[in-house]
Amino acid sequence: MSKASTAPQLEGQRLNSVADLELLRQNRQEQQDPNRAEVIVCHGTGCLANGSPKVAQALKQAVAAAGLEAAVKPLIKITGCHGFCSRGPLVVIRPQGIFYQRVQPGDAEEIVEQTLKQGQTVERLLYHDPQSDELLATVEDIPFYNLQQRVVLKNIGWVDPTDIRDTILRGGYLALAKALSGMTPEQVVAEVERSGLRGRGGAGFPTGRKWRSALKAIEKKGRPVYVVCNGDEGDPGAFMDRTIMEGDPHAVIEGMIIGAFALGAEQGYIYVRAEYPVAIRHLSLAMAQARELGLLGQNILGSGFNFDIQINRGAGAFVCGESTALFTSIEGRAGEPRPKYVRSVEEGLWGRPTVLNNVETWANVPQIVEKGGEWYAGIGVPHSTGTKVFSLVGKVNNVGLVEVPMGVPLAHIVEKIGGGVPGGKPFKAVQTGGPSGGCIPYALKDTPVDYDSLTKAGSMMGSGGMIVMDERDCVVDVAAYFLKFLEEESCGKCIPCRLGLSRMREMLESFGMGQGSEEDLQDLGSLAAAIADGALCALGGSAPNPVLTTVRYFKDEYLAHINEHRCPAGVCKELITYSIDAEACTGCMTCARACPQEAISGQKKKPHVIDEAKCIRCGICLESCKFGAVLVR
Amino acid sequence: MIKFKINDQQVQAQPGWTVLETARQHGINIPTLCYHEAVEPSGACRLCVVELREGDWSKVVISCMYPVAEGLNVYTDSQRVKNVRRWILEMLLAECPASKEIQALAAEYGVGSTRFAVHNPEEQCILCGLCSRVCAQVVGANAISTVGRGVHKQIGAPYMIPTDKCVACGCCVTVCPTGAMRSRFDAVRGVPKVVLAHGAR
Repeated sequence: MSKASTAPQLEGQRLNSVADLELLRQNRQEQQDPNRAEVIVCHGTGCLANGSPKVAQALKQAVAAAGLEAAVKPLIKITGCHGFCSRGPLVVIRPQGIFYQRVQPGDAEEIVEQTLKQGQTVERLLYHDPQSDELLATVEDIPFYNLQQRVVLKNIGWVDPTDIRDTILRGGYLALAKALSGMTPEQVVAEVERSGLRGRGGAGFPTGRKWRSALKAIEKKGRPVYVVCNGDEGDPGAFMDRTIMEGDPHAVIEGMIIGAFALGAEQGYIYVRAEYPVAIRHLSLAMAQARELGLLGQNILGSGFNFDIQINRGAGAFVCGESTALFTSIEGRAGEPRPKYVRSVEEGLWGRPTVLNNVETWANVPQIVEKGGEWYAGIGVPHSTGTKVFSLVGKVNNVGLVEVPMGVPLAHIVEKIGGGVPGGKPFKAVQTGGPSGGCIPYALKDTPVDYDSLTKAGSMMGSGGMIVMDERDCVVDVAAYFLKFLEEESCGKCIPCRLGLSRMREMLESFGMGQGSEEDLQDLGSLAAAIADGALCALGGSAPNPVLTTVRYFKDEYLAHINEHRCPAGVCKELITYSIDAEACTGCMTCARACPQEAISGQKKKPHVIDEAKCIRCGICLESCKFGAVLVR
Repeated sequence: MIKFKINDQQVQAQPGWTVLETARQHGINIPTLCYHEAVEPSGACRLCVVELREGDWSKVVISCMYPVAEGLNVYTDSQRVKNVRRWILEMLLAECPASKEIQALAAEYGVGSTRFAVHNPEEQCILCGLCSRVCAQVVGANAISTVGRGVHKQIGAPYMIPTDKCVACGCCVTVCPTGAMRSRFDAVRGVPKVVLAHGAR
């Protein structure tokens, strides 16, 4: 038992029991002043790129210069990604929740003066909602946020990921305390089973069942058993796991500790790709702080349970996100997959029973344990429970990170939360599930976004990337792009993937040049089936998906390329010509100045002409013309 | 004894056997390139694919690594299986056009020519990695390995420099299914060490 008198010294001290953790939380709570303003500056990738560190610096200086009272001195807090990346840099002022977008360092003084001192909003920094044509002041007012349901992302945008005490204040490690103080490992597994949680990495295997089969394998083979976190997110346009690791690393760590407790593991690994340096830094820092407090390492919270985690960095191979390739990479060999006829719960890392889950899956575990599996199963739809984080990118107004309950219609995410396609036209297709997923056409916009419905539509949940395409995207070109990506990322071990993907891409590129025949299109389908059946791992096995779904839903567009030598989207360079509409052209010379080939000639205020022989079809004239006078055919 | 069916024929296997081992034991032909009894299977060439069926459910797996189990229904020459093999062989015809073995195997499956562009008419290697597995697992020399990734993959010594680790035993040449190792042997082998008798100078 810890005594109340030791409580003030708990800062920086090891926590020796569950009660100590609770005391630390209470201490922190008492120290909080509910009226104290918090200025939260988003340091997610998008905002960082847009200069949010300078904004934070300017705000700190402005606060210091304004000489606000020490007792109510506002706190400048740096957090992970708020999700609304297209509007960054973002600043949120709590407790009111005032939301400022596209904040520049020069705005800092005005924010301090107007908002912090006088309690008024700076109107020009507020979000303007195009649908209602209103200025919206707070986070809660904005449809992009209030149409979401944040479970995994609930701490991101609230806590400082570099300070464990901030996470603890907001309820971090409560679930671990509950598991260690009152639950048996068996009960933890049962709770996860009850939640219906399915793997968020792509395949959607039920997490509880995975843990249960690991327990069975342990009965047969004994310990050690390993828990591993897959943070090798690599899909083009996907950044869900990165955001979680950067913005709430403790959720992942706590989930893994609970998993280790349930399975009796003493060693865990987090495999993060080296391209995520901030994620690695925040995870390392979080682990060091957790060790210092006795939440990780030997004798966790005085319970006698030992568990520690090691971070392994990837070396740039996309294929290492595949479970068996990930294991060989951790073991120190070239990251190549092996057939999974013996499952990794029986023979995984170092040939031992291993539970490998994705970052988002692990981050769900603490809340399931804390609030109960039934609570979790109540979110979403029966066979796909809980919420899912998606990264919404491409031709969509609100590019960013969204979290919604499973089973909401695709249109809800793209049109309501995402704000639709710029220009107001309907989207053409949404590519879900990354390069291994498929393209879902506008006609299927009401498809519920859950594991089974997406699979039925020929795509997959994947890790949660959503790339929105409009009429200016050519499906042949898109399919070739994804194949090119996977061709470069293929490990080259098995022949169907190493040779087949480049051959498929060559066939698609020949369509893009107006070559090939309908027979070739059929052969492409047959080759795709051979690769899907023959490839060693899921990378090759699912690589044909973008091709198969685009042929299935957009066959007319393929036939237009093959038979009519025409690219309806105006993308395939061999099949299009640029011209200038003499009626619409005002002769402003903008396109002529922009053209890198000097292919556009004409005099001021007279219609210009494009010299087809010089034109390289880069489309710069089309983008530069304000009058819609450049035509693509 | 484990009992199951290959091509509707009842077969028996010892626990721990693979489908391929059982098939060969019963004289059922399944083509392979990267498989060799002397080393662990790796599942690289994918020619040994077979189809498993159970009611409406069906799945294509590689027989060289699939463990036998009671009641399996294996088909070694089904439509799906042939489709995989034919495409692999057509791609190999373009990838290693100089290999007589590949040509003969392709002809067996009715693949007489290839539609794909040939990169190197002299090439024989299919990059199955059998040579490097023999070198590591049987000889223990670890002189060669696959180098690079994906389409850039090749067989060679570290940094593609001939190495003294090679003991010139020729095992890689012997196991190579397409005869490719014959022509690259000298690119792997360093200057053979002159081992003198004890005490000699």
